[in-house]
Amino acid sequence: MRAIRAIFKRELGGYFATPIAYVFLTIFVLLCGVFTFYLGRFIELGQADLQSFFLFHPWLYLFLIPALAMRLWAEERRGGTIELLLTLPVTMTQAVLGKFFAAWAVAVVALALTAPIWLTVNYLGDPDNGVILAAYIGSALMAGAFLAIGTCFSALCKNQVIAFVLSAAACLAFVLSGYPLVLEFFGAWAPAVVVEAVSSLSFLTHFNAIARGVIDLRDVVYFVSMIAFWLYATALVIDLKKGR
Amino acid sequence: MVEIEGLTKRFRAVTAVDDVSFAVERGEVLGFLGPNGAGKSTTMKMITGFLAPDAGTVRIAGRDIGEEPVAVKSGIGYLPEGAPLYSDMTPGTFLAFVAEVRGLAPARRRARIEEVIDMVHIGSVLNQPIETLSKGFKRRVGLAQAVLHDPQVLILDEPTDGLDPNQKHEVRNLIRGMASEKVIVLSTHILEEVEAVCTRAIIVSRGRVVSDSTPQALMERSRHHNALSLVVDQALSAVDLEALEALPPAAAVEVSVRSESRTELRIFAKAGCSLVEEVGALARERGWLLTEMHGERGRLDEVFREITSGQLS
Ligand SMILES: Nc1ncnc2c1ncn2[C@@H]1O[C@H](COP(=O)(O)OP(=O)(O)OP(=O)(O)O)[C@@H](O)[C@H]1O
Ligand SMILES: [Mg+2]
Repeated sequence: MRAIRAIFKRELGGYFATPIAYVFLTIFVLLCGVFTFYLGRFIELGQADLQSFFLFHPWLYLFLIPALAMRLWAEERRGGTIELLLTLPVTMTQAVLGKFFAAWAVAVVALALTAPIWLTVNYLGDPDNGVILAAYIGSALMAGAFLAIGTCFSALCKNQVIAFVLSAAACLAFVLSGYPLVLEFFGAWAPAVVVEAVSSLSFLTHFNAIARGVIDLRDVVYFVSMIAFWLYATALVIDLKKGR
Repeated sequence: MVEIEGLTKRFRAVTAVDDVSFAVERGEVLGFLGPNGAGKSTTMKMITGFLAPDAGTVRIAGRDIGEEPVAVKSGIGYLPEGAPLYSDMTPGTFLAFVAEVRGLAPARRRARIEEVIDMVHIGSVLNQPIETLSKGFKRRVGLAQAVLHDPQVLILDEPTDGLDPNQKHEVRNLIRGMASEKVIVLSTHILEEVEAVCTRAIIVSRGRVVSDSTPQALMERSRHHNALSLVVDQALSAVDLEALEALPPAAAVEVSVRSESRTELRIFAKAGCSLVEEVGALARERGWLLTEMHGERGRLDEVFREITSGQLS
C-alpha cells in the first residue's frame, strides 16, 4: 500500500509538473461544454437532464484518454527509469496500480470539473440527480477501462506516438462494437450469440446502461474486469519488454 | 553475503552473460571490469533483480532474489548505468519519493535525506528540475538515491562516469568510507579507480569471468611491475647497458631518450624480483650521473588488454 501510494503521488506529480494534466483538463472541460451546449442542443431540447452531456463521453475519451495514458510506461522505458523503479522494493502489481490510479485520478478530476454543467441543469430545471450521479460513476468506470487499454499499449511501445495511435484504435474497437451500425453488420450474417457477445464487450452498451440511472452489478463487474484484464496484460508486457 | 552462481543471460543470438559465478563478502569492494559489451551491466541488472536470468541464481544474505524479490531488493542500493532519473522531478522530491517507497521511517526520512545531500554535495541544486542538471550532478543524485537507505549491498554501474576530478575523489572516499560494513560491487573503465578503491577485481570478457584476483596481483602480472626508470645526465655511451642487462633480477632494458647529455631508460624486473638495490649499487660503482630513479608498481591497462584480448590466462 505504501509503495502504491508513493508511486501514485510521484506519477500524479509528474502529470502536473508537465503541461499534460492542465492541457487534458482544459480540453476535456471545454469540449464537454461545446458538445453539450452546441452539438447536443442541450438548451433547445429543454430537457432537464444530462443525457446529451454523457452521450459524448465515449468519443471524448477515445482520443483524450490514450493521450493521458501514453506516457505511463513508454516514458519509463525510454528514459531508463524503469530500471530504477523495478529495482526498488516494489512488486510489479504495485507499480502498475500506482501509475494507473494516478492517471485515473486525473480523469476523475476532469469529470469533477464539469460540475458547472450539472449546476446549470439544476438551476434550469429539476433533474433526477440520482441518474446523473450514476452516469458520472459510469463515466469514471469507462475512463478507467480506456486508461487500462492505454496503459497496456504504453507498456508495449517505447514510442509514445505509436502507443497513442494503437490504444486509440483499440478503444475505438471497444466503443464501436456497441454501435447499432456495427451490430447490424454482424447481425446480417453472424448468429445471434456472436452479435450478443460483440455487443456485450462494448463500452457503449455498459455505459449507456449505467447512464440511464441503473447501476447494475453486471455493468460494474464488466468495467472492473476490463480494467483488471488490461492491467494484468500490462504487467506481463512490462516483464517481457523491460530489458529491451 | 552476495552469492552468484551460474548466471546466464541470452539476448537472441548473443550470450551477454555466460555462466558467471562469484561470491562477495562484507568488507569487499569488488571492481567489475571488462571491455564494452562484456556483460557487466547485464550481470548487475540480474543481481539487482531487474532482469531475470535465463539460468543461475543470485542469493543475498542467503535469500534468493527470484524467490523473495521485494525483501532482497530492499537491502540493495543500485545505481543503474547512465544514472537514469525522473527528469520532471527535482532532486529533493525525487529523494523523498525513493525514501517513501523504501519505507524509511518518516521520522528518519528528513535527516537521512539531508545526510546524503551533504554526502554528494547536491544542496545547491535541490530544487532545480533534474532535466536541467549537468551530467555530473545527475550522477550524484543517482548515487544519493542508491545509498539513501544505507543498504547492505551496493551495486554501482560506472559510478564516477561524468564526475569532475574532485567529485571522483570524493566518491572514492565515500566508497572507501562505507566499505567496511557493506558489500560493494562497482563497474568501471577507469583502472586507476580499481587500484584506488577495490579490494578485488573481476575481469569479464564476452560474458565470462576471465580473471578474479586483487588489483595488486593483477599489477604483478604487468611487465612494468617493479620496473625502474632511470634518468642519467650523460650520453648513452657512458652507460653500460650490458652490465644492467646482466644483473640477475633484470629481464630487459629499454632506452627511451638518447642525447649528448641525457639518457633515459627503463629496466624491467623478472617476476617477483626487485631491482632497486642492485641497480643503485651498479650506478654508484660506475659513477653514473644518476639524477632520477623511480620504481613502477605495474600497469593495469596493460594487463587488462592482455587478459581481455585472450593472450593471457
Ligand atoms: N536488451 C538487450 N537486447 C539485446 N542485446 C543486449 C541487450 N542488453 C545488452 N545486450 C548485449 O549484451 C552484451 C552485454 O552488454 P552489457 O551492457 O552488459 O555490457 P557492458 O559490459 O556493461 O558494456 P559497457 O562497458 O559498454 O557498459 C552486449 O553485446 C549487448 O549488445
Ligand atoms: Mg555497462
